Amino acid sequence: MRAAALSPGLSDPATDAQGCFRALLDAMSRPGLVRRVPVAELRPPAPLSPAAAAVLLTLADAATPVWTDAGADAAAWLAFHTGCPPAASPGDAAFVLACGTPPPLDALMQGTDEEPHRSATVVAQVAALEAGRGGWRLSGPGIDAAHRLRVSGLPEGFAARWAANRAVFPRGVDLILCAGRDVAALPRTTAIVEEG
Amino acid sequence: MSAAPEVASGGTLAGYNFAYLDEDTKRMIRRALLKAVAVPGHQVPFGSREMPLPYGWGTGGIQVTASVIGPDDTLKVIDQGADDTTNAVSIRRFFARVAGVATTERTADATVIQTRHRIPETPLREGQILVYQVPMPEPLFRLEPRVAETRRLHALGDYGLMHVKLYEDIARRGEVEISYNYPVMVNGRYLMSPSPIPAFDNPKMDRMPALQLFGAGREKRIYAVPPYTSVRSLDFEDHPFRPGRADASCALCGSRETYLDEVVTDDRGGRRFLCSDTDYCAERRADR
Amino acid sequence: MAYVAVKGGERAIGNAHAWLDEARRGDPALPALSVRQIEEQMSLAVDRVMAEGACYDRPLAALAIKQARGDLIEAAFLLRAYRTTLPRFGASTPLDTGAMRVRRRVSATYKDLPGGQVLGPTFDYTHRLLDFALAADEDMPRPPMPEAQADSAVAPRVTGLLAQEGLMAAEPASDAEPGDLTREPLEIPADRPLRLQALARGDEGFLLGLGYSTQRGYGNAHPFVGELRMGEVAVEIAPPELGFAVEIGDIVVTECQMVNQFAGSRNEPPQFTRGYGLVFGQGERKAMAVALVDRALRARELGEEVGAPAQDEEFVLYHCDNVEATGFVEHLKLPHYVDFQSELEKLRAIRAAAATDARREAAE
Repeated sequence: MRAAALSPGLSDPATDAQGCFRALLDAMSRPGLVRRVPVAELRPPAPLSPAAAAVLLTLADAATPVWTDAGADAAAWLAFHTGCPPAASPGDAAFVLACGTPPPLDALMQGTDEEPHRSATVVAQVAALEAGRGGWRLSGPGIDAAHRLRVSGLPEGFAARWAANRAVFPRGVDLILCAGRDVAALPRTTAIVEEG
Repeated sequence: MSAAPEVASGGTLAGYNFAYLDEDTKRMIRRALLKAVAVPGHQVPFGSREMPLPYGWGTGGIQVTASVIGPDDTLKVIDQGADDTTNAVSIRRFFARVAGVATTERTADATVIQTRHRIPETPLREGQILVYQVPMPEPLFRLEPRVAETRRLHALGDYGLMHVKLYEDIARRGEVEISYNYPVMVNGRYLMSPSPIPAFDNPKMDRMPALQLFGAGREKRIYAVPPYTSVRSLDFEDHPFRPGRADASCALCGSRETYLDEVVTDDRGGRRFLCSDTDYCAERRADR
Repeated sequence: MAYVAVKGGERAIGNAHAWLDEARRGDPALPALSVRQIEEQMSLAVDRVMAEGACYDRPLAALAIKQARGDLIEAAFLLRAYRTTLPRFGASTPLDTGAMRVRRRVSATYKDLPGGQVLGPTFDYTHRLLDFALAADEDMPRPPMPEAQADSAVAPRVTGLLAQEGLMAAEPASDAEPGDLTREPLEIPADRPLRLQALARGDEGFLLGLGYSTQRGYGNAHPFVGELRMGEVAVEIAPPELGFAVEIGDIVVTECQMVNQFAGSRNEPPQFTRGYGLVFGQGERKAMAVALVDRALRARELGEEVGAPAQDEEFVLYHCDNVEATGFVEHLKLPHYVDFQSELEKLRAIRAAAATDARREAAE
């Protein structure tokens, strides 16, 4: 990989990472609400969206193995900017960055009952996120009555797999959905009801 | 050896990163915070750093605040409910120096509130973040001091020790003898220390619209309660949880609903009561 | 009104700091202590602050002592808070204390041995009589120091001599990266590298008391000082781009290897086992205490009965750090009036209820 060919990462690492983190913290605290990451300048290599790239730039480093299906250019770009080591398999990764169909959730790090925090975070790039109407009806911590979220681009049957993930609480993975510069999150506590 | 740090043109301390912590440390804490939010009430171990303030002075809360806060935030810091207690002043000054953020004493104007021992009387709203300084994150530590053992009990959700303690209190004294740091169940799963707030404040935690983050620096634990999450103070059907406060009104604003500090005025039993939340008390007086 | 004064605020803090500055300086008619003077003449205090501050930098440790008015725990804290902000450029290769340029080296197990016994600068055989000649501020003429012996360069370790005979339990070498307490929180059970890191940073007084307790029967120790050595060792790093190690400087360390009996197990014959202590600078008392406690903490892995405080890993490791301990003990002086008020109300309520019950019973 030619370093000269790599597009830049966060332009102001401290401030940009803080802004992205707050968007993520808010998204994770209010499951299903769509937040925008403040990275207008970011031009990650295809197929990475600015949001998915910003999540990794904000959270990944040498301590977090990353598995991705995004291809060699994207992997090299992430490794260069974050120092994250590649994970040998999805099951070894702290962050699983999926641009296509995410790997089976139960094959990822689940944490243990004593250490449920040692679980993977799935960063799934999807076609579009639309809050407030149709799609999923979400409930759980962080949600007052119900949040609605329409996700375009996740495989059929994802809600059922998510229910299985939720059933092993406190173990289980957490999900960050990315589209363009938008993010939404589903911690493992969130319940999905599909409403078409 | 470098020269004494000066305030840089950007308003932060020269020689130090924004908000004091280096970016690697913030990233580690941010990952812990997201996992803490995902498993409400579970204590996430983190690589707590040695801060320039002593353990016990709020190093956990400071690390959480430093990892969360940004240039657009407005910070309020309270200790014992008051903005002008010495440690609150000291921490507020620390962040004004190292992050150059705006500070306020008004609860309603703050986006991030760091607190020791109180929850503000003014109800918090969506979008605000309340950061608690926590001395002992483990709610069971007086009953089981071994960290390895309490971790096992949390994994099993086995909180019999605490139920027995409360039951014995009631059997002996007619009521639970815990008046602060009163244990709570979060989202029906994890027993959690609310930090040493008075039991009076516990009900404010339940389904609070603001995000609640807890930092224990010396014990190296972070935990969280997302907005609108059930936080129930442990009790029994025939002995419901009853938060207490001094049966008096504030000598300054007249409030009969707020938590009061007792001030001894002479050595002949003279005393008066004042709102512990200085901002709330001042607002009430200004409104009159 | 008094209440306002209690919530002293900004001005009170400013005044306190000004007063602290004045108290630190002491009588301005006397010359100020220089950091260099502290470094040279309070050298064991500097060593202790470097050890407990976990940062080998003599000038900074001396500055911390000056700033802390001689409070060594406060000085260690200042050094730690500075250390935590430093970037990490890399890790050294393991120190080779066998190649130490020995200033002091004693063995209690052999009368004489290769490399010899080197007393070095020790208080051991001083008579503890106050030397009033030192009360004079002027330098006293000193007798010339004898030249150091040249053969002290080669001093094989005593434990190595025992190992040759098969009497010393082998310590398996490992290239595994050791954990780091300053980056990751302590997990129990902790492996030996982590335990030794905690002990090396730990409070000398706490470890001294624990080590002492193992000698008095709390932990069934039978220790001999196989060897105690102090001197300069080279620090080397091996940058990956170079592919070989380069020396970046020397530091003074004190190493203690305690030789302890071990009854043996089904798989192993009776042999000696090692308790190990290594500290920055000249810190014999602490190196010995660490070696005693290290051996005590190995009880479980050696299949010995665990019951004494010094053998209790969680108790020892969670309480040996004086920066943590001093913070939590001293934080009790911060305001706690909200919690105290809740206790007052609770106590009043319980007593009122008890008085009501008593009256009712008396009336019945």
